[in-house]
Amino acid sequence: MSIVFSKPLSLTDNVLTYCPGCTHGIIHRLVAEAIDDLGVQSQTIGVAPVGCAVFAYNFFAVDMLQAAHGRAPAVATGVKRVHPDKIVFTYQGDGDLASIGMAEIMHAAARGEKITTIFVNNAIYGMTGGQMAPTTLVGQVTTTSPYGRSEELTGKPIRVSEIISQLDGTAYAARVSAHDPKHVMEAKKAIRKAFETQRGGAGFSMVEVLSTCPTNWGMTPIEALKWVATDMVPYYPLGVYKDLSKGAA
Amino acid sequence: MEKRVLIAGFGGQGVLLMGQLLSKAGMRENLEVCWMPSYGPEMRGGEANCGVVIADEPIGSPLVTEPDVAILMNRPSLDKFEPIIAPGGTLLYNSSLIDAEPARTDIMVYDVPCNDIAVKLGNARVANMVMLGAFNALAGLVSMESLLDALRETLGKGKERLIPINQQALAAGAESVA
Amino acid sequence: MAKLLMKGNEAIAESAIRSGCRFFFGYPITPQNQIPEYMSKRMPQIGGTFLQAESEVSAINMVYGASGSGARVMTSSSGPGISLKQEGISYLAGAQLPCVIVNIMRGGPGLGSIQPSQGDYFQSTRGGGHGDYRVPVLAPSSVSEAVSLTQRAFDLADQYRTPVILLGDGMIGQMMEPVDLPDQPDQPAAPSAPSKPWAATGWDGSRPRSIINSLYIDPSALERHNTMLQDKFAEIAKNEVAYSSEHTDDADLIIIAYGTVARIARSAIRAARASGIKVGMIRPITLWPFPSEPIARAARTAKAFLTVEMSAGQMVDDARLAVGGLKPVYFYGRTGGMVPAVRDVLARIKEAV
Repeated sequence: MSIVFSKPLSLTDNVLTYCPGCTHGIIHRLVAEAIDDLGVQSQTIGVAPVGCAVFAYNFFAVDMLQAAHGRAPAVATGVKRVHPDKIVFTYQGDGDLASIGMAEIMHAAARGEKITTIFVNNAIYGMTGGQMAPTTLVGQVTTTSPYGRSEELTGKPIRVSEIISQLDGTAYAARVSAHDPKHVMEAKKAIRKAFETQRGGAGFSMVEVLSTCPTNWGMTPIEALKWVATDMVPYYPLGVYKDLSKGAA
Repeated sequence: MEKRVLIAGFGGQGVLLMGQLLSKAGMRENLEVCWMPSYGPEMRGGEANCGVVIADEPIGSPLVTEPDVAILMNRPSLDKFEPIIAPGGTLLYNSSLIDAEPARTDIMVYDVPCNDIAVKLGNARVANMVMLGAFNALAGLVSMESLLDALRETLGKGKERLIPINQQALAAGAESVA
Repeated sequence: MAKLLMKGNEAIAESAIRSGCRFFFGYPITPQNQIPEYMSKRMPQIGGTFLQAESEVSAINMVYGASGSGARVMTSSSGPGISLKQEGISYLAGAQLPCVIVNIMRGGPGLGSIQPSQGDYFQSTRGGGHGDYRVPVLAPSSVSEAVSLTQRAFDLADQYRTPVILLGDGMIGQMMEPVDLPDQPDQPAAPSAPSKPWAATGWDGSRPRSIINSLYIDPSALERHNTMLQDKFAEIAKNEVAYSSEHTDDADLIIIAYGTVARIARSAIRAARASGIKVGMIRPITLWPFPSEPIARAARTAKAFLTVEMSAGQMVDDARLAVGGLKPVYFYGRTGGMVPAVRDVLARIKEAV
């Protein structure tokens, strides 16, 4: 009997605590597969955020640090400066990275920290119960934008990949999505590429993954996946925004 | 023995350096020393001052609030610090730049035309060393040899060539109050 | 080796390096700038890392990362920046990460002034950030003591897996005094640093997975964690009190003062003794744990106490707790960057006896 499908080595046996229909689980798996594929599980150190992925240290089978809200890139900087030979990644949501942690992510990228950031953008604060995020779309209803996000009041959502790719320290930046199998395969390639970029020493690497939050969006999982395609992707165009890694065109 | 010395002037007159040399010389003679600068925006070009405490027992307060000796290199320093000199204390002032006469009669007052002497030596920048030489001749806290050693240590190999002119300035200062 | 005349800030930095600190993350603020400046020059010479962070918040989180992955690491700042670091300090305490945090205090509150102060006593000795925790606080009163306490801070941090605060003021940071530096272990690793099997260094299966964390979502688990932390704090309080006594045996009045203010008090005590007043001093070297027991003992014989501080009255609370109402505890303080003068302390001594 041959094994045709198995859990990646870099995931633990712990049951994921994410809501039904949330794509965090898929993204966890993609990160773990990339670590397995590169054969770097024993050399990888991860940094968990504050947000839905706060328990990421229970799920990734690598040494982990749990960081204060938004500070994962600073924590990862400390780790990487002590262990320049290790693979260091942060796993952050959009409130963590694009709101309270904007300074930390921008400066880590600007310094060209040789770390990889997995940025999960689901356009809302999930863990705290569905408040407006800097990535919430105009008109989107959340518990702190009950009439829909007002552009006049709070401006437009932040497109992080576009900004990050402008910084000289960024070697790789891509936006992908986890809303259907085709896009999941593309996301897998991008995440692997980001880790390879770090290993090659070219600079900072980030993959922004558009993700769902059926619970706080008030949708079924299928509706949520569709909403990513119909509403998020048009505002957050997918693609590779920067690639300075070796062999890149 | 505990001597509290205040050195004040414009930023750029080398008053902090005078204090450091005195401290290093004292340290070389196994005395207790403490050097405390004023710090903050006034360090840049405006007023600069430092306090030096030299003692043969552990130093209490590192602050010089009532100096036994005040070395004042410009007019604003004289206005500000003459009143706080301890009764029976000593004032040395740079008469090249200060046209006023100190008013206190309960202290010893010495006028040292530092800049004039320095210019005569050929380098206006050693006015601070002229004053340091005058001070040390009067106070006798440390030997000239210790001061020169401190100067050598501070200037380092890169500025060794400046030793002779500084040495001349120290000597000329000492002579001016002899 | 020969003594060197060093500025307090630079002496602290060099002492940290000689204690095996190879990582420094900081941010500019007066009056501690000579620490990061010195580190930026020295660290590259010895294969260490100096990094100027984008904020104090980032700097303390870089410390968290470096400490969590096993390094001896330090940061430094002054009041406003230390306030920003409090979030990180709470996380460090919760996750039990060793590090040294230098606070060269300036006048507050708010932006305050850049002149010396001791207004951060409460913040330092009560933990400072959110949650139930304490951190050891060491208060040098001379540059040479700053050197030895910096070394002590690193050792305490590693021994108890805790952040340690070195609490000086603008005077300690800026003044120059002779120092005897410890021998120079310019090798990458600290000779005295213990091994850290708990650190996140990459998991190869030969030990349990290292997880650096302060989150315990189950209240009973968090209470167990807190109980363990409190046991540790009790152990520190039992073992690590440091203070010095001067002329306390026959003293009618005992001054309690720390840091540079203790020096000013010492000058006042000399003057008082010269005029026949029996004054002594207990100088806390650790502010937490506070030397309550020796003060309580002294309360049996002394007639009164006087705390002198560069604050509106903070340490005096601890002094009164220690004395327990047995004898009066007076207070004299200056704020805003103003420094108590010897003659004013002397006047208070005369009032108190």
